Amino acid sequence: MIYYYKINCLPKNLKLIREFVTSALRNMPLSDIEINQLVLAVDEICTNLMVHGNHYNPNEFIEISISQFPEAIQFEIIDRSITDFDITQYKFSGMAKIVQEKRKGGLGLLLVHKIMDKVELKQENSQNTWRLLKTFSSK
Amino acid sequence: MQIKEYTEKSIYTIEIIGDLDASSAIQLDQILEKVVENGTKKVLIDCKNLMYIASAGLGVFVSHIETFKEQNVFCVLYDMSDKVKNIFQILGLDTLLKIVKDRETALQIVQ
Repeated sequence: MIYYYKINCLPKNLKLIREFVTSALRNMPLSDIEINQLVLAVDEICTNLMVHGNHYNPNEFIEISISQFPEAIQFEIIDRSITDFDITQYKFSGMAKIVQEKRKGGLGLLLVHKIMDKVELKQENSQNTWRLLKTFSSK
Repeated sequence: MQIKEYTEKSIYTIEIIGDLDASSAIQLDQILEKVVENGTKKVLIDCKNLMYIASAGLGVFVSHIETFKEQNVFCVLYDMSDKVKNIFQILGLDTLLKIVKDRETALQIVQ
């Protein structure tokens, strides 16, 4: 089963994305806490794409696909913003440093990595594809 | 998201209603800034109607931890649902912030 959603880059649409993901995951054997974690992980990627990649440009779109496999759920999030972000260079600076520096940002991608079992970013043909994989009962 | 604020016996309570995400976190941030500026020392955050929190919302709390320490502000979050508390726990923020089960416990801590 594949669930698909395409939506433009507006702040108010983040809630609609969360509702779409929640609705799809309600059909799977997941607890409320697990659903909330997965919704959050997708929300964090979409927020980054909308804010940093597309600057809330309503003419730009994000596509989300959710695929259910026997032992895993895969989320694909696609946009067409220009980015030089290299996921292989991602390194968390540490919570103590974030607290000390009174930073508000820097927690989103950390949450995604903690919640998901695999996080990939593929950039080709002017398209960014985030692929998040969650294996059932693995965390 | 909506925020309700009230003061009772020098204790400032902020009730968060709805989703605290990237589009709404700034509202809470501005209120916490104002609270510190006004010299308030006892702040309770009522989370019973906080339905969802994203990293932007967590970031607001994280960014104020040091200021609260510097200014001797006691800040306690209470009545948080299991799923929202779980998000704080994923990052270990439940050890950096005071989170308790209900208002009565929160009042005991700040009084």
